[in-house]
Amino acid sequence: MSAADATAGVVTGAASAPWRRLSTRFLRSELGLVFGRRRNQVALAILAAVPVIIAVAVWWSAPPSGRGPNLIGAVSGNGVYVALAALGAELGLFLPLAVAAVASDAIAGEANQGTLRYLLTVPVGRARLLAVKYAGVLAYALAATLLVAAVGVAVGVAFFGGGEMILLSGSQIGFLPALGRVALICGYITACLAAVGALGLFVSTLTEQPVGAAIAVVVFTISNQILGTIPQLEPIHPYLMTHWWYGFGDLLRAPIATSSVGPGLLSAGIYTAVFLAAAWARLGSRDITS
Amino acid sequence: MTSGDPRGAARPETHAEVGAGAAVSSSGLTKRFRGGQVAVDGVDLAVPSGSVYGFLGPNGSGKTTTIRILLGLISPTSGSCELLGGAIPDRAASVLPRVGALVEGPAFHPYLSGRANLRRLDAADRAAHPATCDARIGQALDRVGLAAAAGKKYRAYSLGMRQRLAIAAALLQPRELLILDEPTNGLDPQGTREVRALISNLAASGVTVMLSTHLLSEVEQICSHVGVMHLGKLVAQQPLAELRAATAARVSIETDAPDKASATLRRLGFTEVAPTSGGVTAEAGELPPEKVLSELVYDGVPVRGFAVATPDLEDVFVSLTGEGFDVSG
Ligand SMILES: Nc1ncnc2c1ncn2[C@@H]1O[C@H](COP(=O)(O)OP(=O)(O)O)[C@@H](O)[C@H]1O
Ligand SMILES: [Mg+2]
Repeated sequence: MSAADATAGVVTGAASAPWRRLSTRFLRSELGLVFGRRRNQVALAILAAVPVIIAVAVWWSAPPSGRGPNLIGAVSGNGVYVALAALGAELGLFLPLAVAAVASDAIAGEANQGTLRYLLTVPVGRARLLAVKYAGVLAYALAATLLVAAVGVAVGVAFFGGGEMILLSGSQIGFLPALGRVALICGYITACLAAVGALGLFVSTLTEQPVGAAIAVVVFTISNQILGTIPQLEPIHPYLMTHWWYGFGDLLRAPIATSSVGPGLLSAGIYTAVFLAAAWARLGSRDITS
Repeated sequence: MTSGDPRGAARPETHAEVGAGAAVSSSGLTKRFRGGQVAVDGVDLAVPSGSVYGFLGPNGSGKTTTIRILLGLISPTSGSCELLGGAIPDRAASVLPRVGALVEGPAFHPYLSGRANLRRLDAADRAAHPATCDARIGQALDRVGLAAAAGKKYRAYSLGMRQRLAIAAALLQPRELLILDEPTNGLDPQGTREVRALISNLAASGVTVMLSTHLLSEVEQICSHVGVMHLGKLVAQQPLAELRAATAARVSIETDAPDKASATLRRLGFTEVAPTSGGVTAEAGELPPEKVLSELVYDGVPVRGFAVATPDLEDVFVSLTGEGFDVSG
């Protein structure tokens, strides 16, 4: 310890640094933490590997026959479809799992390490902490989705070329408009994943075990999908969190349809709002004993 | 404690004079955990501004829980508290930037370096100026002697290094109040000395320090005030000097001429002179013991035995808490 200790002066409230309302430092720090974490990077790498595997598999099995899902069949005709096939394949488990892992870590991870108490005594207001943590989750969800799409387009074009794209409604669009459709679909999927992230954030405020929280989120997501396959439960299907996720086909029509995407966005928005409110209610009143 | 110990000689006197008002105050602070455990029970704290307040108590006596309530981490079942004049938790946002805290040991991100961890905490602080961030972090690391290890990952730190990093985090900004929960835990003797010197220096510059500890010696060495926790209750709270007065040394003289000895002792300014079976005892004054002996001999008192006994502060605490200094449930 240096001899300069004695120079530590008392600073009165008036002399301290000005209150900075609009600082993005904490958000940037959070993004650095989320994207700098090895586990999250590995998850992104795995997500990015899927479109490559799809492209190779389709290319290997060429000439394409009529079998398999529509999207896979279309892949061999146009590279952009690799991105869509990959997004569709990963939306069931991989993407929600990746988002759940990050969201569950948000509060529970900090509580588990004990860093939560030091953040709160900085002080970081609990609402601000949730906002920044959720922003980090959203950024990760968006990055994951865009990464899958970008890798999908890149390998797709490399393997199958980037010509005209045949829409579900039968008409054709050029390569650039096709990229626009992919971007729209990424936005829609991110909105769906935002609900998963909000759920993860909420569960994360309930526990100090991030892995347990992630498992809970994945179990919830998968049981939603299972319930969605049971015909007897048809009346409740529209209210399931996962029901509208595959409605992004709407965005592959000309003109763009909204019969699924519209309620899908509404559903995602409501789930997000409800879970965020629950997270705030829980963290706002919670005793931090970790 | 043996005879002739020059207690108080090395004690810093600077923070004995205490500024107006309380840096920390609470009234009737109580925390009952789910499950019924009353960890904090009607605590009325008064930490004077400018003091070094030793918050002393055995493990499990409720120190950390009290500190968590003071910092707004947990809400009290009943009672209220203020830091630097602002009610907690209502005014936490404006008060806590002026408070540095260490709660229940260090906690950082294991895969970040010490410096990166401090940068993260600074980034979270809206009152911190980004332009001075690196300079302040460098200074804080210097002060706790961690500059050389700043680039290492936190997970590679020893417990002592972790403790130092936590103290550095509390010093990232100039503070008016430091609340330090067992700051010397896990430090080697050298580190313990350094941290105590650092705390004394900070106190000398006007920072109020509330220091929780289970070590009596720590309180004796650096504190001006002491509050004693026992089973969730604050059983004593006073300036250390007052407590020390209750533990003034006593001389006892074995002699066949107790009257003569008493006269000499009174002349020398001793108080509470009382006869014993084989002589007299008295509360020691300013005079060093060897002087007393020569004065007695000079007055022709036949001295057969001479002893100075200082009751241990520990004895005082045992009498306060009614039992030993063990873990409370
Ligand atoms: N989260 C909790 N739930 C239930 N009891 C607790 C909790 N935290 C602490 N306690 C209990 O409260 C008492 C005081 O603990 P603590 O404040 O940590 O003591 P100290 O810091 O003085 O060692 C202990 O008996 C402890 O077991
Ligand atoms: Mg403790």
